[in-house]
Amino acid sequence: METIRILGREVREFKRPSILTPIMMVLEVVVETLIPLLMASIIDNGVQKGDMHHILVVGGAMVLLALAGLLTGVLGGKYGALASAGFARNLRRAMYERIQTYSFANIDKYSSSGLVTRLTTDVTNIQNAYQMMLRMFVRAPISMITAMIMAFLINARIASIYLAAVIFLSIVMFFLMGRVTKFFQQVFRKYDALNESVEENVASIRVVKAYVREEYEKDKFTKAAENIYRLFVQAEKNMIMLMPTMMATVYTCILLISWIGAHMVVSSELTTGELMSLLTYCLNILSSLMMVSFIFVMVSMSTASAKRIAEVLTEESTLRNPEQPVGEVPDGSIDFDDVDFSYSSDSREMVLKDVDLHIRSGETVGIIGGTGSAKTSLVNLISRLYEATAGTVRVGGHDVRDYDMEVLRRQVSVVLQKNVLFSGTILENLRWGNKDATEEECRKACEMACADEFITQFPDGYETVISQGGTNVSGGQKQRLCIARALLANPKILILDDSTSAVDTATDARIRAALKEAAPGMTKLIIAQRISSVENADRVIVMDNGRIDGFDTPENLLKHNQIYQEVYHTQMSGGGDFDLHAGAVREAGEAAGRLALDQKEERR
Amino acid sequence: MQMAKEKIDALDKKNVPKQPNGRVPRGVKVRVENAPAIFKRLMAYVFSRYGALMLVVVVCIFTSVFASVQGTLFTRTLIDGYITPMLTSGSRDFGPLLRAIGKVALFYAVGIAASYVQNRIMIYVSQGTLRDLRIEMFRHMQGLPVRYFDANSRGDIMSMYTNDIDTLRQMISQSMPQFLNSLITIVSVVISMFTLSLPLTLITFVMTGVMLFASGKIASLSGSYFVRQQKALGEVNGYIEEMMAGQKVVKVFCHEEESLERFNELNDQLFESANNANKFANVLGPVNAQLGHLSYVICAIAGGAMAISGFGGLTIGKLASFLQFNRNFNMPINQISMQLNSCVMALAGADRIFSLLDEQPETDEGYVTLVDARIGADGTVTESEARTGTWAWKHYHKADDTTTYQKLAGDIVMDGVDFGYVPEKMVLHDIRLYAKPGQKIAFVGSTGAGKTTITNLINRFYDIQDGKIRYDGINVNKIKKADLRRSLGIVLQETHLFTATVMDNIRYGKLDATDEEVYAAARLANADGFIRRLPDGYNTMLHGDGSNLSQGQRQLLAIARAAIADPPVLILDEATSSIDSRTEKIVQEGMDNLMRGRTTFVIAHRLSTVRNSDCIMVLEQGRIIERGTHEQLMDMKGKYWQLYTGLAVSS
Repeated sequence: METIRILGREVREFKRPSILTPIMMVLEVVVETLIPLLMASIIDNGVQKGDMHHILVVGGAMVLLALAGLLTGVLGGKYGALASAGFARNLRRAMYERIQTYSFANIDKYSSSGLVTRLTTDVTNIQNAYQMMLRMFVRAPISMITAMIMAFLINARIASIYLAAVIFLSIVMFFLMGRVTKFFQQVFRKYDALNESVEENVASIRVVKAYVREEYEKDKFTKAAENIYRLFVQAEKNMIMLMPTMMATVYTCILLISWIGAHMVVSSELTTGELMSLLTYCLNILSSLMMVSFIFVMVSMSTASAKRIAEVLTEESTLRNPEQPVGEVPDGSIDFDDVDFSYSSDSREMVLKDVDLHIRSGETVGIIGGTGSAKTSLVNLISRLYEATAGTVRVGGHDVRDYDMEVLRRQVSVVLQKNVLFSGTILENLRWGNKDATEEECRKACEMACADEFITQFPDGYETVISQGGTNVSGGQKQRLCIARALLANPKILILDDSTSAVDTATDARIRAALKEAAPGMTKLIIAQRISSVENADRVIVMDNGRIDGFDTPENLLKHNQIYQEVYHTQMSGGGDFDLHAGAVREAGEAAGRLALDQKEERR
Repeated sequence: MQMAKEKIDALDKKNVPKQPNGRVPRGVKVRVENAPAIFKRLMAYVFSRYGALMLVVVVCIFTSVFASVQGTLFTRTLIDGYITPMLTSGSRDFGPLLRAIGKVALFYAVGIAASYVQNRIMIYVSQGTLRDLRIEMFRHMQGLPVRYFDANSRGDIMSMYTNDIDTLRQMISQSMPQFLNSLITIVSVVISMFTLSLPLTLITFVMTGVMLFASGKIASLSGSYFVRQQKALGEVNGYIEEMMAGQKVVKVFCHEEESLERFNELNDQLFESANNANKFANVLGPVNAQLGHLSYVICAIAGGAMAISGFGGLTIGKLASFLQFNRNFNMPINQISMQLNSCVMALAGADRIFSLLDEQPETDEGYVTLVDARIGADGTVTESEARTGTWAWKHYHKADDTTTYQKLAGDIVMDGVDFGYVPEKMVLHDIRLYAKPGQKIAFVGSTGAGKTTITNLINRFYDIQDGKIRYDGINVNKIKKADLRRSLGIVLQETHLFTATVMDNIRYGKLDATDEEVYAAARLANADGFIRRLPDGYNTMLHGDGSNLSQGQRQLLAIARAAIADPPVLILDEATSSIDSRTEKIVQEGMDNLMRGRTTFVIAHRLSTVRNSDCIMVLEQGRIIERGTHEQLMDMKGKYWQLYTGLAVSS
């Protein structure tokens, strides 16, 4: 009920068509019910009495009624389309707007693919169900009821047969439908599993062939396919029971009415025309009943979608702007005062524990540590992407919770580990950092990030179009573009979260040198796997399992910190990446290859 | 295998716009080339399996249509044959009527039984056909060369198993019987109408013509809007996908407003086209229904006039029956045009499925097989029935009708190998290399230099254009592919695991391995430690390509899987993804354990791997430009030296 209320709010400006649609449909039903009635009159009073005038008059009325039916039907269709398409638009917009207010914690709660499903498939389901409801939900029962009333008006004794039939069919259908839906849910789960296993096989075909497991896979699949076959047969066996039951009921009604009706006509309690009308209503009533049960299934199927949409619409952002926000970040100092952090509020497991950290404005700080040591969690607190569970995070001396979020995030630029470029030109992508940046400023940022050198190699330079997901640039190029984009915001604090992992060591060093030279006042935090990336930092934080294991100059850490020493020695004694040295050459090769491909496509 | 995918032209797929519920609305033109041929083939497929059952189905359809026509005719019989005579004669004998009703009840019963039997049989026919098709598709697909999988996207292949099979199910189980039913109904109704009244039949025909014309017009309008709606829907979905994937970046750059602005634009366009498309689709029903009523009214007036004047011998009963036929006539006509569309749609799917079945499977003209062997004291190799742990190549020479045995050692020679994914464009040129048993050969070079391609050739995922590859002195073309691949271990850069337990995943390398062997392999691969820490240890279920494991753990499992197969020759494509130093050390140790004592070809990304190799091949643009040990290459001060010292200029 709550779900319906939440979704219902989004009907908004389409209330009028939403109300008019069922009204039109009801009018159409009235027309359709009246026609058999007039039909009876034509036969009884016209044909049997040889009254051509009567036939023409009633026939004319019928034509008018058909035209009225046409009009209401067309209008109903029009309003129905408008209402449902509009409702879908509002739902999509409301969800999208809502999602824009989400914090990182909210986004994590739903995966991005989960949000996509809600915005696309689920909305489409609701749109179809809504249209169906408007057009049929009122119409089918009304059609059934009017036909029933008419039947009762003609002859109550005969009409009571219908009532019995309707009750009987409803009960049978209720049970059958329940059974069938349960069966089919089961079948489709198995069916999905089967298709997933095919997908897995296709993805792993090299493994299958390398281990010569074709026969094994065939046997496995054959068994699964046989199993699916059995389940489907089972489910459908149940489903086909519906039709004969329906037919048997209809036919029984017809025969009963014929028998009783014949008696009544002969004893002048009923006219021939009335008998015919009754026979017509029989089909009307029972097919409407089928329609009602069908709508029922359809609507119940879309409730899952409705719930998922309502979830998104009611999700409250975990972050809120303060009432009187601080509008300026004074400097780039960062302080963590006894900070604890956990991703979920009810979890006792802290991701960060007792972090006390003070970074001066303008300092360059490296951060290293193994996977899961909470490096990313640490830096995410700085621009308030997540909120500390306990303790205070301060930037420029103020608690991050006191800042206007937009101000804070413009001044603390994060280059995320899992970064994305958007479809559009390179220039458009860069301007995400600062929408008023001139081309010259963009070029300068790119030079600092060592991106200019490959951009100018592209035939279209800065106007090169990045495809969706940034698939037409290499990993290293993408990272450099992301750094340039962050630089354009001209922040007081720049955070690079493993942002040069795909860039070769030499270029990595040049980027760091350029940053140091061009923006000496900018506080820089650099998370890296490679020891060479943090070697020249002023100080390095060593993270271990959510705690700060060491925070000192690289030289001192090398002397005293065990983890730092371990990483240093593994990487310096040949455990490192050969490939990274080869990176520069690789990049050049990749770029050339991609360009050739692009050109080929263009020619096409 | 990005490269191969790009190089081989993907099959040209026709994109058919589909509605969310999978149905194609009327008016959208779906074109299938050579539809009759595909239909014939599909029918042949169904009838060759279920011919007898299908015959029963056809009989059932005829029976049920006949029964329902009889039922409709009963209205006339009731009025003309019983009620009117009784009214006029004043007789009160209901005996004949009871008998007539009994007869019709029998007809009805037969009709219901026939349609039930028909539906019941169709379950077996349609589900059976789909099962057979699915199994045949899968079995055939397993035999296809790797090239097929490189050339076709996973999505395209999957859509055959899901969408195409689903539309086929609809066609076989619903559309086809309904189509047949409608056709038979139309024919029988037309015949019955003719027998009742010729002029009224003609009037009905004219009205049906008008109806078909009008609905055709509306359908084509709706269809064109529908195509527009699909396009708009695609754009909105694409935008949503992109922005949701990048939502965190949107937040970081405070880009919410701009993101919303563009979304609203696309969303409004979608609303516009969805509204139009649905509007015309909705109108179709009422228009048909009311034209149907009009046809009914016209027939009623004309029929009434005829009945009064006695023209054409039309009685009231006949007129009543005719009017019922008039109603029954429009329904199947509308149905046929609807079924026609979904049939065409299904044929497009069938076309794709058949073209998968027509794909040429991997050929194998190899005859040298791998057999268990015993090595005599004098070094002679003899075949053994039992498992010995030693293997030998069984080589039959046709020329002198002799069979020789060659111990499986792991000696690989490439001699002047040329290769290209497409004949016009060679990727590898004149590759020569010699790997003695137990040696480690490393390939280094930039992406696109052809490193991965070389590994695709030894196990014959692709066949070379020129030159020779010899395994223990035997040309690999002469070795049965299955035996060749069994003698090669492979660890790919991308780790692929299966939905099964950890135990089963490792056992994939050797299906009859004992639990002990699995543990041993896991220990060798350095995987035992983490596996035992998993909630269910070796019985932990992996889902979705092992998504519940970390990258490093997945690699360890892949190493264990290769270890249990215990092949003399190993092809390793080291992973490049950045894993932290500790995990990397564990993976590295596992790799080293695996490589010990085996001939190894490794596409190296790690410094230590490269340095410890017996021979390093530096590849550039498909040619080996330098070769030698680490020290030799460093002394040469060539490309390798440049790569190693990182002195290469980036440009």
